[in-house]
Amino acid sequence: MAKEYETVIGLEVHVELATKTKIFCGCSTAFGGRPNSHTCPVCTGMPGSLPVLNKKVLEYAVAVGLATNCDITRYCKFDRKNYFYPDNPQNYQISQLYLPICRNGYVEIETEGTAGETSGETTRTKRIGIHEIHMEEDAGKLIHDEWEDCTLVDYNRSGVPLIEIVSEPDMRSAEEVIAYLEKLRLIIQYLGASDCKLQEGSMRADVNLSVREVGAKEFGTRTEMKNLNSFRAIARAIEGEKNRQIDLLEEGKPVVQETRRWDDAKEMSYAMRSKEDAQDYRYFPDPDLVPVSISEEFLEEIRSRQPEFRTEKKKRYKAEFDIPDYDIEIITGSKHMADIFEAAVELGAQPKKVSNWLMGETLRLLKEKELDPEDIRFSPNHLAKLIALTDSKAINSTVAKEVFEVMFAEDIDPEQYVEEKGLKTVNDEGALRKTVEEVIAANPQSVEDYHNGKEKAIGFLVGQTMKAMKGKADPASVNKMLKELL
Amino acid sequence: MEKTELLALSAVELGRAIRNGETTAVEAMEAVLAQVDRTESQYNCYVTLDREDALKRAAEVQKKIETGELTGPLAGVPVAIKDNMCTEGMLTTCSSKILHNFVPTFSSEAVLNLEKAGAVVIGKTNMDEFAMGSTTETSAYGVTRNPRNPEHVPGGSSGGSAAAVAAEECYFALGSDTGGSIRQPASYCGVVGMKPTYGTVSRYGLIAYGSSLDQIGPLTKTVEDCAVVLETIASHDTKDSTSLNREDTDFSSALKKDVQGMRIGIPRDYFGEGLDAEVKDAVLAAADLLKANGAIVEEFDLSLVEYAIPTYYTIAAAEASSNLERFDGIKYGYRAEDAQGLHQMYKKTRSQGFGPEVKRRIMLGSFVLSSGYYDAYYLKALRVKAMIKKAFDQAFEKYDCILGPVSPTTAPKLGESLSDPIKMYLGDIYTISVNLAGLPGISVPCGTDSKGLPIGLQLIGDCFGEKKLIQTAYTFEQLRKEGK
Amino acid sequence: MANIITDETIEYVGILAKLELSGEEKEAAKKDMGRMLDYIDKLGELDTTGVEPMSHVFPVQNVFREDEATNGDESEKTLQNAPEEKDNMFVVPKTFE
Repeated sequence: MAKEYETVIGLEVHVELATKTKIFCGCSTAFGGRPNSHTCPVCTGMPGSLPVLNKKVLEYAVAVGLATNCDITRYCKFDRKNYFYPDNPQNYQISQLYLPICRNGYVEIETEGTAGETSGETTRTKRIGIHEIHMEEDAGKLIHDEWEDCTLVDYNRSGVPLIEIVSEPDMRSAEEVIAYLEKLRLIIQYLGASDCKLQEGSMRADVNLSVREVGAKEFGTRTEMKNLNSFRAIARAIEGEKNRQIDLLEEGKPVVQETRRWDDAKEMSYAMRSKEDAQDYRYFPDPDLVPVSISEEFLEEIRSRQPEFRTEKKKRYKAEFDIPDYDIEIITGSKHMADIFEAAVELGAQPKKVSNWLMGETLRLLKEKELDPEDIRFSPNHLAKLIALTDSKAINSTVAKEVFEVMFAEDIDPEQYVEEKGLKTVNDEGALRKTVEEVIAANPQSVEDYHNGKEKAIGFLVGQTMKAMKGKADPASVNKMLKELL
Repeated sequence: MEKTELLALSAVELGRAIRNGETTAVEAMEAVLAQVDRTESQYNCYVTLDREDALKRAAEVQKKIETGELTGPLAGVPVAIKDNMCTEGMLTTCSSKILHNFVPTFSSEAVLNLEKAGAVVIGKTNMDEFAMGSTTETSAYGVTRNPRNPEHVPGGSSGGSAAAVAAEECYFALGSDTGGSIRQPASYCGVVGMKPTYGTVSRYGLIAYGSSLDQIGPLTKTVEDCAVVLETIASHDTKDSTSLNREDTDFSSALKKDVQGMRIGIPRDYFGEGLDAEVKDAVLAAADLLKANGAIVEEFDLSLVEYAIPTYYTIAAAEASSNLERFDGIKYGYRAEDAQGLHQMYKKTRSQGFGPEVKRRIMLGSFVLSSGYYDAYYLKALRVKAMIKKAFDQAFEKYDCILGPVSPTTAPKLGESLSDPIKMYLGDIYTISVNLAGLPGISVPCGTDSKGLPIGLQLIGDCFGEKKLIQTAYTFEQLRKEGK
Repeated sequence: MANIITDETIEYVGILAKLELSGEEKEAAKKDMGRMLDYIDKLGELDTTGVEPMSHVFPVQNVFREDEATNGDESEKTLQNAPEEKDNMFVVPKTFE
């Protein structure tokens, strides 16, 4: 009989923090810009340069630690991790090994009830332990130059602050891994500590995975997988690595503890180790940086600034706004969307209407353009104005959708736009009557159908009138006028 | 003023003469450059000299002195900078092949502070490669000779700076001291050298050897110059996290000829085996002189002295192995031409670019940090360091300063030291623990041996105790000058 | 403890430190490192139980900078000393397989 295996997964998640400047120097963290334009002696490892810690990095790290139920290390230090690689200008990375800023935390995830669970419910809550969170610096970017078969180095990302969140090996499936990542992402986005985009690399996950026979007490030998830049890639890599390890065990071969690179296109992983790479990082306390001592006041200040997280927000929405649970789920699923929702409501728009725009057109366009809710660019003010325009019947719903598309793309002011493009509904009764009369005269067949009891025929006539008025009419008024004249 | 007369002035005297209009910054620079022409071929104090630029800057400074923009004691005074401090636009090599063409884009904070005060940089002085050595023989740009006797080494690693001051090829110089690298060459060359309390002078722009031990300090002709230079270069620099915010940096206020009641401790452990008899006699005679003038001098046991060297070499080598990783042929400096692939490029560049002593320490440092040895070597050394610091703390409960030799011997002959590393390292026994404990230490000339080679007296202070050191050193210097 | 320095150790440390020693240098390194470590072993004589490792001699803590950009485009300076440069980037032997 085939053996049954269990997959044991732990994650190392790197998150780029949303500071304005790098962790140890005053260079901008902005994306873009020509290569090496955001660099200075410190982040390019010039001889004689020295690091000074960006206070905001510490604040964000502590905020994430508190939100993930960690113990905050009151006396923490930075260590050097020594390894040679061109993206690392000093050939050591400043990180934290011995005294990381946060330890012993957890987050709770909702998972499908799995086999062996006695609970009859379809979902259950599972606690994923966080071993530690530490602060460190990001590396530069390496670009392969096809023409000259060499590598080019750009240090614009070198020194961008990261936190690395190391979980306990508490996950057992790709679903749990994704639920955990989603949870972390939401917490961090709610804190404003990062936008957490996997595709753009502001959130990166390395997967530590081992397999063991069900019931075994000891963990198997684990491998670490890198280069996972989407949830899909993570799910596939977990599946692939699990099978690779099970195959090895079935063949009686050992699993080698190593780092592997996932190639999502080929759906395969490759060992990254070479003989020039001893993986002995010779960590030691960085003598150029002084220890960080965290006072009760500092902690209290960070605590007092913690935002309302998703669970509380959901509860509040339910109590305050008359919108469906499903809408609440989606809206609070993105901090950015929740912010837009609340701001638009604050500006006087009716919650249900704001929610409808978000759930309907916004989600449709996000999907169409393959964007995340974090990418929404229109301002809540403009959404509120658009809603006001439809409420006052200044534009009809068809025009509103057109305006919204432009607003979605360019964040235009809908009032100004409607004015400039002359999209306001024509409320001149004389003009409407004249057009309706012309439409009736031009479509005798439909008129006859209508009189013969074909209700649908009026729809056609409404359409023709709207067309003749270039959409700038209120369909209800057209309908009324038609019925009156017929 | 006659040129020879001009050259004999101290930095402070020259500054005064310039302000009084008796001479100019340009004349002073010309005098120094003429001296360089006379003696540099023999001593090799400098790695880089920029005559034209030095004269141009001297002229600019002279103008500012005349317009009253610059009024400080060092305005117009020519200074030499050890070649491990970055100087914007001026070659900075650390006396290593690996930085043979490196031109920094910024200047070290200490150099900027001097320039703000109107001192004029002549050039960059020779040193042991990356400050690793005690003789200035490990330089990739030739040895420097001791101006007191060219058959002998000037000491190191700031040998070029000490020799340049002794040879009057500058009025004062900056050095750096990781385990004695200012005090020991000062002693060998018969000049004054001081290592301040760790954190007093910014390390920004100093190319690191052992970051937790490195400190920049002055090499000067007199104690007065030393105090004035130190108060000029000391600053709280927000670019250096280990820089201290001190308010007591008016060091020249301590230039008082008075040791009445000064409590001076002499560690018996500094006068044992290995100490040259002539050095011992000169140092003890200095102690007697201070005692005769009112100081309270007594012997005590410092303890742990013999553990300082192994502690130091473990910590310094570990930090150096990491600090020197950035020299990889990618961003600056030497790059091996004939390498196939990345790892070959790294290995060839570093193996060809670094000299044997640097490689030796990098290897040792990488080893003591490596998996399985970190606790036994590196952490052990950090624990012993704590014990050494505590021993000093206890001593300073009783004494204002500690008095002893700088080095067990006077300057050895060229070529005699490098063959046996342990023997060479043992020469640092009296200077090293000062760096481990972050303390200030000063070396003042106190005599010569039978061969005419200078002997240095070392005074060690408690942290932030520079003023007591300066006062004691100044008093001793004045008494000695008076022939007492 | 000097016997811990074998040919393999020298080889291994060479990989860590990216140094390639000639045969002669290797022999010298083995000897020197062995002697140095013997010497460092002297520290074993001291009982350091309960002594905290001391990295910094002074209890300086919490040195921060504010999160404000102070640097503009300094790429020209960054690349000024580059042994090889292309398209405003440093050139290195290829790192991708």
